[in-house]
Amino acid sequence: MIPELGQFALILATMLALLLGILPLWGAVNRNIVWQSLARPAAFLQFALVVLSFACLAASFLSNDFSVKYVAEHSNRLLPRAYQFAAVWGGHEGSLLLWVLMLTGWTAAVALFSQSLPLNMVARVLGVLGLVAVGFMAFILITSNPFDRLFPIPADGRDLNPLLQDPGLVIHPPMLYMGYVGMSVAFAFAIAALISGRLDAAWARWSRPWTVIAWSFLTFGIGLGSWWAYYELGWGGWWFWDPVENASLMPWLVGTALIHSLMVTEKRGSFKAWTVLLAIAAFSLSLLGTFLVRSGVLTSVHAFATDPARGIFVLCFLAIVIGASLTLFAWRAPAVTLGGSMGLVSRESFLLLNSVLLVVATGAVLLGTLYPLIIDALNLGKLSVGPPYFNLVFAPLMVPLLFVLVPGTVAHWREARLNDMVLRLRWIALAAFLLAIGLPFLFGEWSAGTALGVFLGMWVALGSLQHVVERIRKPGRIGGSFWGMHLAHFGMAVLVLGITGVKSFEVERDVRMALGDTVTIAPYTFRLADMVDVKGPNYKAMQAHVEVLKNDQVIEVLYPEKRRYFSSAMPMTEAAIDSGVLRDLYVSLGDPLPGDTPSWSMRVYYKPFVPWLWAGVLMMVFGGVLAALDRRYRRGSVSPLQTAGEALSSAS
Amino acid sequence: MKWMLGFAMLMACVVRAGDAPPMAEDPQVEARLVVIAEELRCLVCQNESLASSHAELAEDLRREVRKLIREDKSDAEIKTYLVDRYGDFVLYRPQVKPLTWPLWFGPFLMLLLAVWGLWRYLRLRKNALLAQAEPQHEPIVDTRAKD
Amino acid sequence: MNKKFLIPLGLFAALVVFLAVGLTRDPREIPSPLVGKPAPDFSLPVLAGDKPFSPADMNGKVWLFNVWATWCVACREEHPLLVEFSKNSKVPVVGLSYKEIQPQDMANGPMKDAEKLQLARERSLRFLQRQGNPYSLSVLDLDGRVGIDYGVYGVPETYLIDKQGVIRYKRVGPLTPQILQDTLLPLIQKWEAS
Repeated sequence: MIPELGQFALILATMLALLLGILPLWGAVNRNIVWQSLARPAAFLQFALVVLSFACLAASFLSNDFSVKYVAEHSNRLLPRAYQFAAVWGGHEGSLLLWVLMLTGWTAAVALFSQSLPLNMVARVLGVLGLVAVGFMAFILITSNPFDRLFPIPADGRDLNPLLQDPGLVIHPPMLYMGYVGMSVAFAFAIAALISGRLDAAWARWSRPWTVIAWSFLTFGIGLGSWWAYYELGWGGWWFWDPVENASLMPWLVGTALIHSLMVTEKRGSFKAWTVLLAIAAFSLSLLGTFLVRSGVLTSVHAFATDPARGIFVLCFLAIVIGASLTLFAWRAPAVTLGGSMGLVSRESFLLLNSVLLVVATGAVLLGTLYPLIIDALNLGKLSVGPPYFNLVFAPLMVPLLFVLVPGTVAHWREARLNDMVLRLRWIALAAFLLAIGLPFLFGEWSAGTALGVFLGMWVALGSLQHVVERIRKPGRIGGSFWGMHLAHFGMAVLVLGITGVKSFEVERDVRMALGDTVTIAPYTFRLADMVDVKGPNYKAMQAHVEVLKNDQVIEVLYPEKRRYFSSAMPMTEAAIDSGVLRDLYVSLGDPLPGDTPSWSMRVYYKPFVPWLWAGVLMMVFGGVLAALDRRYRRGSVSPLQTAGEALSSAS
Repeated sequence: MKWMLGFAMLMACVVRAGDAPPMAEDPQVEARLVVIAEELRCLVCQNESLASSHAELAEDLRREVRKLIREDKSDAEIKTYLVDRYGDFVLYRPQVKPLTWPLWFGPFLMLLLAVWGLWRYLRLRKNALLAQAEPQHEPIVDTRAKD
Repeated sequence: MNKKFLIPLGLFAALVVFLAVGLTRDPREIPSPLVGKPAPDFSLPVLAGDKPFSPADMNGKVWLFNVWATWCVACREEHPLLVEFSKNSKVPVVGLSYKEIQPQDMANGPMKDAEKLQLARERSLRFLQRQGNPYSLSVLDLDGRVGIDYGVYGVPETYLIDKQGVIRYKRVGPLTPQILQDTLLPLIQKWEAS
């Protein structure tokens, strides 16, 4: 009963999405107020129905209803409750339902928080979101229905992949999807603006907070994925340039460019066409990511069970949505006005440079990710493009970006004086330079790469600090935008320093240990004190007790495990990590080794600055949230001067 | 008396728990192996490098690479050995040859193109605005640096 | 001015075409660089008999080289097909028993080479007795070295080798009637005639 209810709710939601997609948009064209005002209620009702549908699927999981095929494939009686719930989005069909839940959620949020927007804009934006929803819902109902029944009903389900039985699984996909799907709002605003011809500073002001929130979620989701891979996979890696990782990075890069471009459009009415294109691109890359993961076109550890039929559907959907958007762009964008003037050196040109560098970086990642496919499609053979390529190509593009970040935040709008900026920034430039020369020696060997990383990280960090200090001294309220920007930039600096630190100074020891043996990575010593058998809810494990000593004092005991889950043949490594402010100590238990005394293979890592990776990401996330919640964007707090300015700039 | 000394030394060897020996038989060979293997793709677990994969074939191939390292083969020779048997697919760093020129030079060209485009745009824009600007239509927007 | 706004659309269209073609491909399959090159030489013990076998022994004949093992589940799919083929065709099929001794066989302790050889022979012969023997002879590659020389990365795999000992075709994965009919038999004909 419940699965059928869930399916029925989804069907109704699809019909509502269709209604939302057609009537309000039509109503905006022929000025039919009644049809336009259908948008908000339709958005709310659509969301409610999808919530119901999702709840039904969740209920099926929590009640172990193995007559539902999807539940049988992704759950198990022994699976702990929390993971039974998380299993709802553990497979292709359920994850799509999660996507739709978020899409309709964002749509409802836009419906709720758009009171200050003119009705015809609201109608258009919600209409576009409705059309996107129709595509996804249809995809689910036609090719990927999670409510399909299974007969005969198995007594127990197939277990979830043990790798996925982890708190990280509970939050990583939802956060990531919030980001991906959130980009649809900026997209909808852009399309609405193109359709109506109303492409102005006001549009940018409306779009910006939505885009920044989506960006924050995406940052968080990507960071979570990295962190999860780090502690779950057992060898301390955190970024592999895997196609699906790249699929999440690309919308992030373009999203970052979009946020900065929106600033210029909002402030000076400039770059409108470019900003619109970025908004279309950000969401398109989200959709492309969906396609890449589910079509079987690329090999990836993340890929869901693939099926060419699904691939065809998604590709058609992709082609229609993006093709139509880009056609609309080609048709309408040329008529867009230029906005204010700007000098060759000005904040606008710095922000444009930011766009350019981020877009080129995105292009490089896209090229590397798709090149094997292109070569194969042209029948020219099979090749691989992996981390060596991406590292070599991506890092050099980030260097100028990080460098111009600081002058970009202090440059005047419209016309900036290079001399003034040099004067203003000379001390932090010197400080960063000196730190770059000196700091690496404290942690190990000096190298040009390390120094460059330290320089850029310190440059950005000091730049933000200097700016904040200067601003605090002046009178006047400081808005969330300011704090948010600097927190996010500072977070970026921390991230860069973290990456530089760990890549330059990490140490790995791969040893065989018997009870009592030690291995030293100065100033820490690791001793294998004991090895015991433990039992978990659905697994059996071998657990090592590893004492960590510093100055002959035991400061910590780590418990790495090797688990054997009951319903899966694969053994899983659970690494043990001791996190400090400046470093992680990471121990991974390997296989027992043959020999007279029992011994095991162990991998011991000293990973300096890894916690800075996560700290940096969190700072960026909170920076984004702060910026989005700036009073400027909330209802009724727009100053008359600003509205007048917008009105005039949209008239020009 | 000598036997007591000998016995004590023997006991010292037996009783003292030691420094864990490295898994690898030859750390220097191993170090080179890791550097080379990180740039190679495992053919079975195709999302992992040859260095980190646990697949049986990966272990066999690592064994082969160790053998080649001991024979003093260069990195390039070792990679060629594998490419001869498995094709370009096994290299995570694609070779630079006409087939991969767009891949290797593409990003740089994109950057040049983009920067040139940016320059042209700013120039053209300046001229276009000069052409159409009339003083009273300048937007009333605060242009002082917003902190 | 107008035309350049079509560039994004143009680039996207090209992308869609590539992705569409990509849907018809299998990204996991790796074509062999050995096609068109001489079959790598080796000398391995055979399942039944004392004299070791080398590819040179087959010079002057067109033959199939089939990589298999008793632990390989996918091999069971193609085995009946191979058996039938060997009955109906004059083309000899040489088997390569690939890593017959697996880690789990040595769970109770390491095995000496002679022990491995014996166990491999016994198991393989037993298998062939029960399931049918398509092979004119089968060689044992216990450590997988020869497999590496041939670019083996999964089992089963099948090579077609011509009279001069040059590899002319490689199939990764089980043979199917389709592949046999449409690809392999025509190729065999072609290389028989040369």
